[in-house]
Amino acid sequence: MIVEDVPCPFCGCLCDDITLTVKNNRIVGVENCCVLGNAKFLSKKRLKHPIMRKDGAWVEVSFDEAIEETARILTGANRPLLYGWSGTYNEAQVTAVHLAEELGALIDSTTSVCHNPSIIAIQEVGHPGCTLGQVKNRADLVIYWGCNPIEAHPRHLSRYSTYADGYFFENTVRDRKVVVVDIRESETAKIADEFIQVKPGGDYLILSALRAMVRGRGDVVPATVAGVKKEQLERVVEACQNASYGAVFFGLGVSMTRGKYKNIRNAIELVSELNRKTKFTISAMRGHYNVYGFNEVLTWMAGYPFAVDFSRGIAFYNPGETTVIDVLARKEPDACLVVASDPGAHFPKTCIEHMAAIPTIQIDPCVNPTTALCQVQIPVAITGIEVAGTAYRMDGVPIRMKKVVETEFPTDKQVLDRICERVRELNGNG
Amino acid sequence: MGEILLKNAWVIDPISGINGELMDIAMDGGRIVEDVSGKAEVIDAQGFLTLPGGIDSHTHTSGTKVNFGRYMSPEDMRAGRTQKKGPMHITSGYSVPTTYGNSYKYSALGYTCLVEGAMAPLEARHTHEEFAFTPLQDSFANALFDGNWGMLGAIEEGDIKRTAAIIAWTLSAVKGFAVKLTNPGGTEAWGFGKNVSCINQKMPRFDITPTEIIRSAIEANELLNLPHSVHLHCNNLGTPGNYTCTLGTFDLVPDLNDKRQTLYATHVQFHSYGGSGWSDFSSKSEPIARKVNMRPQIVIDMGQVMFGRTTTMTADGPMEFNLYRLHHDKWSNHDVELETGSGIIPVNYRRKNLVNSIMWAIGLELALLVESPWQCLLTTDNPNGAPFVKYPEIIALLMSKKYRDAEFATVHQDTGKRVPLPAIDRELTWHDIAVMTRAGQARALGITGVGKGYLLPGAEADIAVYPMRVDDIDPAQQYEEVIKGFSQTEYTIKRGRVVSRRGDALIHGENTTFWVKPEVPPEYDMTHDERFKEHFERYYSIRMSNYPVQEEYLHRNYCIRTETDL
Repeated sequence: MIVEDVPCPFCGCLCDDITLTVKNNRIVGVENCCVLGNAKFLSKKRLKHPIMRKDGAWVEVSFDEAIEETARILTGANRPLLYGWSGTYNEAQVTAVHLAEELGALIDSTTSVCHNPSIIAIQEVGHPGCTLGQVKNRADLVIYWGCNPIEAHPRHLSRYSTYADGYFFENTVRDRKVVVVDIRESETAKIADEFIQVKPGGDYLILSALRAMVRGRGDVVPATVAGVKKEQLERVVEACQNASYGAVFFGLGVSMTRGKYKNIRNAIELVSELNRKTKFTISAMRGHYNVYGFNEVLTWMAGYPFAVDFSRGIAFYNPGETTVIDVLARKEPDACLVVASDPGAHFPKTCIEHMAAIPTIQIDPCVNPTTALCQVQIPVAITGIEVAGTAYRMDGVPIRMKKVVETEFPTDKQVLDRICERVRELNGNG
Repeated sequence: MGEILLKNAWVIDPISGINGELMDIAMDGGRIVEDVSGKAEVIDAQGFLTLPGGIDSHTHTSGTKVNFGRYMSPEDMRAGRTQKKGPMHITSGYSVPTTYGNSYKYSALGYTCLVEGAMAPLEARHTHEEFAFTPLQDSFANALFDGNWGMLGAIEEGDIKRTAAIIAWTLSAVKGFAVKLTNPGGTEAWGFGKNVSCINQKMPRFDITPTEIIRSAIEANELLNLPHSVHLHCNNLGTPGNYTCTLGTFDLVPDLNDKRQTLYATHVQFHSYGGSGWSDFSSKSEPIARKVNMRPQIVIDMGQVMFGRTTTMTADGPMEFNLYRLHHDKWSNHDVELETGSGIIPVNYRRKNLVNSIMWAIGLELALLVESPWQCLLTTDNPNGAPFVKYPEIIALLMSKKYRDAEFATVHQDTGKRVPLPAIDRELTWHDIAVMTRAGQARALGITGVGKGYLLPGAEADIAVYPMRVDDIDPAQQYEEVIKGFSQTEYTIKRGRVVSRRGDALIHGENTTFWVKPEVPPEYDMTHDERFKEHFERYYSIRMSNYPVQEEYLHRNYCIRTETDL
C-alpha cells in the first residue's frame, strides 16, 4: 500500500509530502523524506510492555497497573511536575493541561529549554512573522542566524526558503541572496552569499550595529564589531534595505547563548525597523515537530505558551521561577511525569539527579536516557505513524498527522485520559 | 435536554413580533415546543426580561491571531484570572481571555452564538480546535478571501463562476460559514509591505482594484446562495478622512437579496473618520448613517470603542503596522501565504486623548443615527474597540442620554467641536436593543432558518433571562440598573439546558459548529480542476490533500447546504 502526503513527525518543518510504502502493517519504503525523518519512519526499536521498578529491578507490568501506579504517585504528590509534550499531538496535550489543572501541577514543555527566550522577547516586543509559503514565494533575501538548517531542518531550504520554487522568481537559486550568521562555518554557512562569522557571545553587538546602521547612525559603529568588519555589516544592511522581502530565521545559537532573550528582542526590533523600509519577517526554527502545538494548546487553555504553575489555583506564569530547569534545580517537585520528550538526554546534571531521586514516570514509545531515571514507563503508539492528530508547524500552520499502520499500543491521549480519570476519582471529583 | 417550562418570562422577540409579553416557553430536545408534559422541569423567570440568546456577529475569540494575542500578552492574561469552580476550568485573560474564559463570560452575558470574524483558511484547523473549547456557544467562522490568489485570479479573468467555484471549494474545505473580505487588495499588497489606499487603486500584483474584488465577491456570494452576505472590513481602516472611501464602497453595493442585506460592513466606527490628519480628525458618522439609511441592502455593526486597555487584532496587516508606528508598543504580524495577512498590537483608549474620545463618540452616533436597529448591530469588534464585557455599558449609553452626557463630561474637552453626539437626543428602546444584539444578527447572518434568533416553537432553545423587570426600570434615568441587569443573566439557556446562572457556568456544554457547503456542479468542483490543483501544489507550502479541515475537528456540527446558480 502506498500512502501519499504523509506529514513527517520529526522536526518543526512538518513536511507533509512524504510517501510511504506499507507492507504487512510495516513501513518498508519512505520517499521525499530527509535522513532524520526517514530514520523515524523506519525505526523498529521500541519498548514492548509497561515497566516498573520493583525492589530495584525492572519488571513488566500491565497497562492497568502502570496507570494505577502513575495516578497514585501524582495524586499523592505535593508538587507534581508534568513535562515534555513536544512529540505528541494536540489532543493529548489538551488532556495534559486538564490533568495539570486537576492536580494543581506545574506543566512545562521542551520549549523551556529551547525557544523559551524567544517567547519572552516576543512578549516584550511582538513578532513580525509569516507562514513559510510567504518566504517561499517572495523572499529574495534569507538570513539564517544561529541556526544550521542543512543539518537540523534538512528540507527547510528546498521546501520553504533558499531553494524553494516561488511565484515571484524565475530562478530561486540565482535570485535569492543568503546570509548566514554563526560562530563557525556550518554546512549552511558554506552556501551563503555572505557569511558573518561572529565571535561567540557577540550576536547582541552585531544586531545593535545593524540597527544603528538601518537608522542611519552607522557613524557610531566601530571598525570591527564582535570580530566582524564594519564593511561587511554595511554590505548586509544594504542588502537588507534593497531586498523586496527579507526573511530572518534564527535558532538556539542566538536564543540560548549569552544575552538570551535580549538577543532575540534586538533581532525582532531590527526586523520591525526594517519594515519601515521594506518587507521583513523573522521566524524561530522550532525543533520538535509539535513543540509549537503545545505552546498553542497551553495558550488557549491557560493563557501562556509554557511554564504554567497551577498550584495556586489559577494559571501562574513566571519564567525563571516556573520553568522546568529552575524548579528542578530548586528540588521542588516530589513527582514527575515525562511525556514525549527526553530530559534525561538534555537536562543539567543536578536536575537529572533530582528527577532520579523522586518518583518519575515516563510515557514514551522507546527506551531512552530518561528511562534510567524512572520508576515507571508506559509505552504508547507513535503519533504520526500509528495515531492521527494535530500538530503545528514551526510557523503556526496546523496539519493533521496521519495514522498509517495499526497498533496494539494505546495512544498518549488514551493513557492520559485514564490517568486523569483515575486522579479525579482519587481526588473525589470523579 | 429534557423538558423545561420557563414560566413568567417577559419576552421581547422581534423576529416573532413579540414586544413585551408575559409568556411561558416550553422546551424539549433542545428546541422550543408548543407544550410540555407535567414532568417538565419548571423554571420561574419571575417576570424578568427574556430574550433569544445573544448572537455576536463579529468577534474575535478563536484562532491563530487571537491565540497569538494571548501568547504575546502575559500582562493581559494576568489581568483576568479565575479559579476552578464546579464545572468551570481555570481561566486567564482580560481583553483576550482563554477559550473557556470567553465562553463563560459570554454565557454570563446571555450570548449563545459567536461568529469568529476572521479565519485564515490555511489555519482554519486552529480556529476549529479552539471552537471545541468554547463549549457554551455555537460557532461560525468567516473565512478570509481578501488576498486569495485563486479567487483574485478568477476575478482578474472576469470569470465570476470560477470566482464562486473557488469560494465554494474553500468554504467547504475549511468549514467556514461566510465570505470575509478584510481590506480587499491591501492584505495581498502587504506581502511586499505595500497597501491600497482606497477602492479604486490597482493592486500591485493583480490587475484589479478593491472595487472589482468587492463587486465580484458579492456577485459570487449570491450565485452560491450563501446564508450570510459578503462580510466586509473596508479599505483604509483607521485613517483620517476615510469616510469618503467607506461611502464609495457602500455605493458599489447592489440590492440582490430579498431576505437579507447584500453587504455586511463591519466595525464601521473605524471607517467613519473625517479630517485630513490627526490634528483635524473628526466624526463623519452623519454622512455614513445617512448613506446606510438610504440603502437597505447594507447592514453595519458599530465597532464601538470603550475606554481602557485592550488588544487590537485584525487580518488587516498594513493597518496594524501603521498603528504600531503611532503607539510604539509591541507589534506582531502574521502574513498567510496566498490568502491574507494579520497584525496585533495592544492599545489603551484614553478619555484624555482627543482622537480616542472622538472614536468613542462615533460608534454611539452610528447606532443612534441609523434609523433601523436592524441595520446597525451592537459590537465592539471584540476585542478591537473594547472587550465584549463592555456590552452592558454600551447598551446603557444607547438607552440613556443622561448617561451619555455624564460620560461626555469626562472625555477630552475639545471633543464637542468634532462630533455631533451631544446634539443627539435619541434613546434606544428595549426592543431596539433586542434587535441590535440578537434578532438583527440572526437575520443578517441568515440563520433564522436554522432556528436562531427567535423564541417560537421550532426555534433552538437558546434563551437569555436578565434579572430586570422592564416596567420597574426607566433606562433613561436608571442606567446603572441597565448595566447591572445586562451584565449577568439570571439564566442562560443553550439548546434547552441551563448553561449559566448568575455568572457561573453550570455545565461543560458542547457547541455546534455551523458551516456551509454550496452544492456546485461537477465542472465547478475545484477538487478536480487541473489548473487550480497545479497552482495550489506549486505555491502553497502544504499539500492540497492536507488542506481541508477533517470531520474530526467538527464534533457536533450543522452543515448548511446551499443550491447554487452555477
